[in-house]
Amino acid sequence: MTDADGPSSNAAARTGSPVVMVVAWLWVAVPFLYGLYQLAEKSSKLFE
Amino acid sequence: MGFLDRSRTIAGAGWNRWLIPPTALAIHFSIGQAYAWSVFKIPLEDSLDISGTASALPFQIGILVLGLSAAFGGTLVEKKGPRWAMFVALVAFSSGFLVAALGVATRNYWLVVLGYGGVGGVGLGIGYIAPVSTLMKWFPDRPGMATGTAIMGFGGGALIASPWSTEMLKAFGDDTGGIATTFLVHGLVYAVFMSLGVVLVRVPPEGWRPAGWTPRVDAGKPLVTTANVSARNAVRTPQFWLLWVVLCMNVTAGIGILEKAAPMIQDFFHDTASPVSASAATGFVALLSLANMAGRFVWSSVSDVVGRKNIYRLYLGAGALLYLTLMLEKDSSTALFVVSTMVILSFYGGGFATVPAYLKDLFGTYQVGAIHGRLLTAWSVAGVAGPLIVDSIADSAHEDGRTGPALYTFSFSLMVGLLVIGFIANELVRPVNPKFHESEPADREEPAPPEETSDPLPAERR
Repeated sequence: MTDADGPSSNAAARTGSPVVMVVAWLWVAVPFLYGLYQLAEKSSKLFE
Repeated sequence: MGFLDRSRTIAGAGWNRWLIPPTALAIHFSIGQAYAWSVFKIPLEDSLDISGTASALPFQIGILVLGLSAAFGGTLVEKKGPRWAMFVALVAFSSGFLVAALGVATRNYWLVVLGYGGVGGVGLGIGYIAPVSTLMKWFPDRPGMATGTAIMGFGGGALIASPWSTEMLKAFGDDTGGIATTFLVHGLVYAVFMSLGVVLVRVPPEGWRPAGWTPRVDAGKPLVTTANVSARNAVRTPQFWLLWVVLCMNVTAGIGILEKAAPMIQDFFHDTASPVSASAATGFVALLSLANMAGRFVWSSVSDVVGRKNIYRLYLGAGALLYLTLMLEKDSSTALFVVSTMVILSFYGGGFATVPAYLKDLFGTYQVGAIHGRLLTAWSVAGVAGPLIVDSIADSAHEDGRTGPALYTFSFSLMVGLLVIGFIANELVRPVNPKFHESEPADREEPAPPEETSDPLPAERR
C-alpha cells in the first residue's frame, strides 16, 4: 500500500480533512506561539 | 479495551500522516511542563515551610520515575499501541497534578511528592516514548525529523508552562489555596490538551509507505538495517551500550550548563568591566532553552541527510571543542560565551532527538520504542552526574577563594573528557550482528491489502 501525504477523496471527511488538519495544528501551535512570545520577551533582557 | 486497542488505531486509506506530529506534540508539550517545575519551588517552600531541597524532590522523583517507567513500560507501549500509551500518559500526568493539588490543600508534602513525582512521573515516561515508534513508522523517509518534532515538544513544553504557571499563581495566589487551585487547573487543562493525541493518533497499516518512497538498502549506509531486533536482544548487543554511553556523555555535558546557567554566566563575567546582571542572566537562560528546543528539530532533521553517526560526531566532537574554547577564552567575550553555550545546548537537545532514529537504524522499527525506553536510563544517570560535577566543583573552587571562570575551568575540562569518551563510543558503533535479528522482518516490503476492518499486524507485533 502506498499513500500520498494528502487525503483520498472518500476518506477525507473522516480521516484527513483539511478542517481536522488545521484544528490539530492550531491546537498545538497557539500555545507554542504564546510560549515563544514569552521567551522572546525574556531573551531581550540579555541585550538591555 | 475497545477504543484504546491497537487494532482500533490502524489508519484507513487516505489518512494524512501530517496529523500525527500534532498528536505527538499534544503529549510532549504537556509533559514538557516538568522542566518548568522551578516556578512552583519558592511558593511551595514558603507555603509548606519546606527547604529548597525538599521543593525539588517532586521533580527529581518525576524524572527518576520517567526513566523507570520508560525502561520497564516500553515493551507494553509497543504491544498496546500509541493510543493506549497516550491515554495512560494523560491519566497519570493529569492525576499527578490532582493528587498534588490535594496534597497542597491539606498541607501534606508527601502527597505532593507522590502525586507529581510518582503518579505524574509515570505519565512523563509513558508519554515520552508513546509517539516515537509511531512517528518513525509514518515517516520512514524522515525519521530524524519526525522524532525531532516530538522531542522538540518536550523542550517546548517548559516554554509554555513557565509563563502560564506564573500567571496562574499570580491570579490564584501563591499560598496553599492558590497553589492547589493552580495544580487543579493544570491537571484539567492538560487532560483536555492531551486528548487530541488520544483521539487522533493512528498507526499505519502493515506495509504502508509514503508515495514515491522505497526503502533504501544501499551499501553506502551500512548502519541502516532493514532487519529487526527485539528489545530483549537489543540490550545484549554492544551497540545498545555504546549508544547508552554516547547519550549519557552528551546529556551530562549539556545538563551541567543547563541547570546552572544563570549563576554561571554571572560568575563568569563577575570580575570584568561588563558584569552580567541577574535580569540579563534570565534572558540567557531563555536563549539556552530556545537553543535546546531548536537543536532537537534542526539537528535531528539534518541527521536524515548526513547520517546518525556523523551527526553524533558533530555533537560530541564540536561540543568538546566548544568547551575547550570556553576554557581558553575565559571571560574575554560575553558574545562568544553565549554563542558557544547555545551551540552546546543545541547539541544536547539534538542528542535526545536523534537517538530514536539512531536506534531505528541499528535495530529496526519492530520494538524501537521499548529499546528507546531502556536507553533513557542514561538520562537518569546523566541527570545526576552533570549537575553533581558542575555544582560540587564550583562549590569547592568557591571555598578555595576562586572567582570568575576559574570556578568552572576544571568541570569544563571534565566535560571535554566525557565528550571524548562519547566520541570514541560512537566511533565503535558497528552494524548489529545478524544473530540478534528477528527471524522474520517485521516490516515487510511487499504491499499488504489495506483492510480497514481487520488487524493486518502479525501476531508478534500486536
